Amino acid sequence: MIVLALVALAVGTYLLKAVGPFAAAGRELPPVLSRLANLLPAAMLAALVATQTVTDEQRLVLDARLLGVAAAAVALLFRAPFAIVVLVGAGVTALARLAGIG
Amino acid sequence: MRPFHRTSPGTSGTPEADGSVAATGPDGPWTGGPGRPFVVGQVVPISLAVGAYGLSYGVLATAAGLSPGLATLSSVVVLAGGSQFAFVGVLAAGGHPMTGALGGLLLNLRYLAFGLAIAPHLSQGPWWRRALDSYLLVDESVALALGGSQHKRAERRHSQDPGRTVVSNDGSGTSDDEGALADDTGDERLPTLTVAGRYRRVGLGVVIAWIGATAVGAYGGQLLGDPERFGLDAAFPAGFLALLAPWLRQRSGQVAAAVGVLLALALTPVAPPGIPILAAGLGAVVALQVTRKESA
Repeated sequence: MIVLALVALAVGTYLLKAVGPFAAAGRELPPVLSRLANLLPAAMLAALVATQTVTDEQRLVLDARLLGVAAAAVALLFRAPFAIVVLVGAGVTALARLAGIG
Repeated sequence: MRPFHRTSPGTSGTPEADGSVAATGPDGPWTGGPGRPFVVGQVVPISLAVGAYGLSYGVLATAAGLSPGLATLSSVVVLAGGSQFAFVGVLAAGGHPMTGALGGLLLNLRYLAFGLAIAPHLSQGPWWRRALDSYLLVDESVALALGGSQHKRAERRHSQDPGRTVVSNDGSGTSDDEGALADDTGDERLPTLTVAGRYRRVGLGVVIAWIGATAVGAYGGQLLGDPERFGLDAAFPAGFLALLAPWLRQRSGQVAAAVGVLLALALTPVAPPGIPILAAGLGAVVALQVTRKESA
């Protein structure tokens, strides 16, 4: 059953991914849709950041992750490269847990 | 600070970065020429971050009862981190596997939107190419490919004729081949990677890192212990924040992000997983309305 469920997840995910490249590759979108498509990643990435930082399952949880991601944001303000931003995020979270926070 | 500036996420589209990119010698279509600084400065760090997350997935998946082989295979065939975590989370909690699959699919509904966002920049090539492009559709590939072109988009919008010029340039023929020396913006002065070129390079990096790290975590997880001890669960949101940064330099992106966050957090306690992220997409609609009113 686990294998069957994995197959369902894999096939379904691939179909969702394939709609854009198969239905609209190389097509020019109308101006409004084009601007909308370019703003969609901003809205959804921000939502992913928020939910992965302060939620656990369906609950809002403030823990060490928030400190780590806040530190990563500061690193970004100083124009740190991607790898440093991620290391700061993970490192500060780990340190906070070591110190017994969250 | 100079090298920092050049390799920081989202600056790949700036004139300075592109100029210095062009100065390095070409020695191959994928990692040489205009591609090399991008691969070294952006694809490799992002792949390492994805690897950290993949490592913890491998550990958690085997802890939830998948065999190391099946855990690794799941990363090959699904290739969507969030949904895989959701899947093994349900298994670990003793839930029905199909419930896990359904929850994962809800999370992945956003790829429908991401696919439509990136599609205009991909080629109308043969079916196998579209199939490969579909496989490479992950958050990182879309975000970095489109995020890199946010700067010029903003500049041009400020200069003249918002909307139409931007769009006609975006769709024009340079969007399909990998190493082409023209940006998606159609500005020939600045040799750099196309949106599609960035998309495929990041996608491939993520594929290698995600699958490889899952295998390491799955087969060697017992040695590692609890991945949360190393803060690996915070590596992902920190990385997404970095990917988001180029959008946050424009007002429309700021509005979209802020509304997206509010919607997602408000809906998390009441809606099934995945729906909050999907609803956050409405933030883009709000941003479009707000900024249009302002410029009118």
